[in-house]
Amino acid sequence: MSRLINVLVIVAILCAVVASFGYLELDMASVIGNGGLAQMGEYAHRFLRPDLSTDHLKAVGQGALETLAMSGLGTLLAMVLGLLLALPAAGRFGWPLQAAARMVLNALRAIPELVWAALTVLAAGLGPNAGTLALALHTAGVLGRLFAEALENAPPEPAAAIRLAGGSQAAAFCFGTLPNLWPQLLAYSLYRWENNIRMASVLGFVGAGGLGQMLYTTLSLFQEAQASTVIIGMLVLVLLVDAFSDVLRQRYVRA
Amino acid sequence: MTIHLHGAGLRHGQVRALDAVSLRIDKGERVAIIGPSGAGKSSLLHLMATAVQPSAGRLELLGEQPWVLSSRARQRLRARVGLVHQAPPLPPRQRVITAVLAGRLGQWGTVRGLLNLVYPSDVPGARQALAELGLADKLFVQCGQLSGGQLQRVGIARALYQRPEVLLADEPVSAMDPVLADHSLALLNRHAQDNGVTLVASLHAVDLALAHFSRVIGIREGQVAFDCPAQAVTESLLDALYANEQLASPPTPGPTLTVQIPRC
Amino acid sequence: MLNADTRDPAALPRLLLTLLALALLWPGLRLSELNPGVLLQAENRQQMGGFVSAFWPPAHDADFLSLLSEATLQTLAVATAGMALALLLAVPASLLASRALSLRAASRGGRPGLWSRVLRMPVRGLLVFLRSVPEIVWALLFVRAVGLGPTAGVLAIAITYAGMLGKVYAEIFESVDQRPAHALLQSGSGRLMAFFYGILPGAAAEVVSYTVYRWECAVRASVVMGFVGAGGLGQQIDLSMRMFAGAEVASMLLAFLGLVMLADLLSRVLRGRLA
Repeated sequence: MSRLINVLVIVAILCAVVASFGYLELDMASVIGNGGLAQMGEYAHRFLRPDLSTDHLKAVGQGALETLAMSGLGTLLAMVLGLLLALPAAGRFGWPLQAAARMVLNALRAIPELVWAALTVLAAGLGPNAGTLALALHTAGVLGRLFAEALENAPPEPAAAIRLAGGSQAAAFCFGTLPNLWPQLLAYSLYRWENNIRMASVLGFVGAGGLGQMLYTTLSLFQEAQASTVIIGMLVLVLLVDAFSDVLRQRYVRA
Repeated sequence: MTIHLHGAGLRHGQVRALDAVSLRIDKGERVAIIGPSGAGKSSLLHLMATAVQPSAGRLELLGEQPWVLSSRARQRLRARVGLVHQAPPLPPRQRVITAVLAGRLGQWGTVRGLLNLVYPSDVPGARQALAELGLADKLFVQCGQLSGGQLQRVGIARALYQRPEVLLADEPVSAMDPVLADHSLALLNRHAQDNGVTLVASLHAVDLALAHFSRVIGIREGQVAFDCPAQAVTESLLDALYANEQLASPPTPGPTLTVQIPRC
Repeated sequence: MLNADTRDPAALPRLLLTLLALALLWPGLRLSELNPGVLLQAENRQQMGGFVSAFWPPAHDADFLSLLSEATLQTLAVATAGMALALLLAVPASLLASRALSLRAASRGGRPGLWSRVLRMPVRGLLVFLRSVPEIVWALLFVRAVGLGPTAGVLAIAITYAGMLGKVYAEIFESVDQRPAHALLQSGSGRLMAFFYGILPGAAAEVVSYTVYRWECAVRASVVMGFVGAGGLGQQIDLSMRMFAGAEVASMLLAFLGLVMLADLLSRVLRGRLA
């Protein structure tokens, strides 16, 4: 019986795939045939000679630093905000606050970064400030939820022992719960930073500065050579952040 | 009268951990609590430390009734009582120095407490507490790298660093070898005598209890079986305390019958 | 043995780390022009408030709702079709890139030789390249290449997720117990057969679970790609935002939330069933 259901599920998935192609009326033939492939090839070819002039490289470098700053500070802000919201969300201050905090966290993380960026650009104007704030708000929701779960699963004995010796709630949290929780919090935050460095590039499309904005402008002006340099810059940035976060993980997360 | 339990009872759901326990312990006394596993020794100590509220009866600690006080006053009272846990509740990644200094968190303000998290403010004091237990060289090691016996000694050092007026120890030497256990108990008793501290310790090893403590309380099935000076503890009292019908000795085999099967 | 110094050996590294963090924080703040205060300034609050207040009530006239359902279906279709194409690329790539099928490794107890590693590097490098470029950049490029609409989204998802799936599949293949496959390779079976009989049984559950999880991510990604013209819900949200039609944006955000929850539910059901 269970095997039959499994087979039905797989058949359903295959039908869904076929239906998707049909619904989109994706005429792959027209995309690839009719010289479509050659067109794409020619478009791709224009990217193969990146503009490596000093001026442009300096601009890309500046954009890269801006993107790095956006993602780094956004994640840092999100860590602080997330931890502040995670404490009530884990039930440390009673039920009504827990429900409220959970609602706030869900709202923050359900709205994708791009939508947040559109809102913050509206409020803060164009530029990296909007991007940082958008990243911070969305990531705070994600990290806050992860932190709250980690907090709920943390062993209560160390903190209880400190309370029993007369320590305050804050001291019990910092000396008893936080040391156990810290590696996990750091691991989640590093993972989000790796994600945010990719998102930071994207937020530039709605005007939030950094490499993303440069890419959008150069592509819109059909300056493929310059755009290709920006893409290379993005790649290098992503790889660097991944490597650095790996180092941090080895040092502080694995015991 | 430092600790006074009057008809105190403790329930964990359906289980009666303690049943109508009445005790008086005066200042400066050194008392050992012995009894079979599951008798309620830990529950009694936790009750005295105000970790759990009695479900029946009354507790008086250092002249106050802790469960009548406000939460803040109870915290201040708790700072004067030190509990050595059976399984030391120390986060594995915390360094020994931070763990020991955490003993005085009840006496320091919030700011000083938080400061000690990043920079230990009283290294000599912690070192002294650990030196008597033979762990001075482990000052900056992470707790997760210590053995069970070493962790227990760190727990004792934390309680000693707290300088409480009442020291409650729940199986403080269960993970230590006999020589070390003897040394640690002697240390605790010396500390209690020198500083006028009331010491109550629960122990598995009866000989250690009889060797170091002047008063012995036997607990069985949540009730006080006997409460007398160490010299007055007899074989029969101990047998009655530790009697366990379920651990019957195996039946002695009767004479076996051998059958000769003739081979044809 | 007892040295009399009262210094904490961790004090100096901690101090240096703190100084380094502060030294990096200052230029970081300058570069990102961080100013959370703008969110609280009166006129900005008014602007945001005005925009957000138009959210209620969300638009619900019949024309708009049919447009909305079409856009949602389009997003789902883009994600599914994109994943299907990605699988087409990822499976062979992962087989090529995985050291699990290395003949050298089979005879050396699991340690691949130098040439094994070197020859696999181009494929691995390609997979890393495909996933490192943010998917929305691919979407933008494809929109420029093949025009606005869902085709660009499908191709962008196909390319990026091929990279992601390929790399993770290769790693999963390497992480299961290698001995059955090694035994088969040593007794002369072809690599593909060794894979099907030796690696796949152990890896199937994890592979399916990850693929379904990625499909769920693809649904969200295709909404984001819509912002650059790749069709679906995202493109509609972008259009409505540009026209400051708050009510429409609200309905679409609700539809997006519903879509994400549905995808999450489906993902959990499928993973429970198939893995």
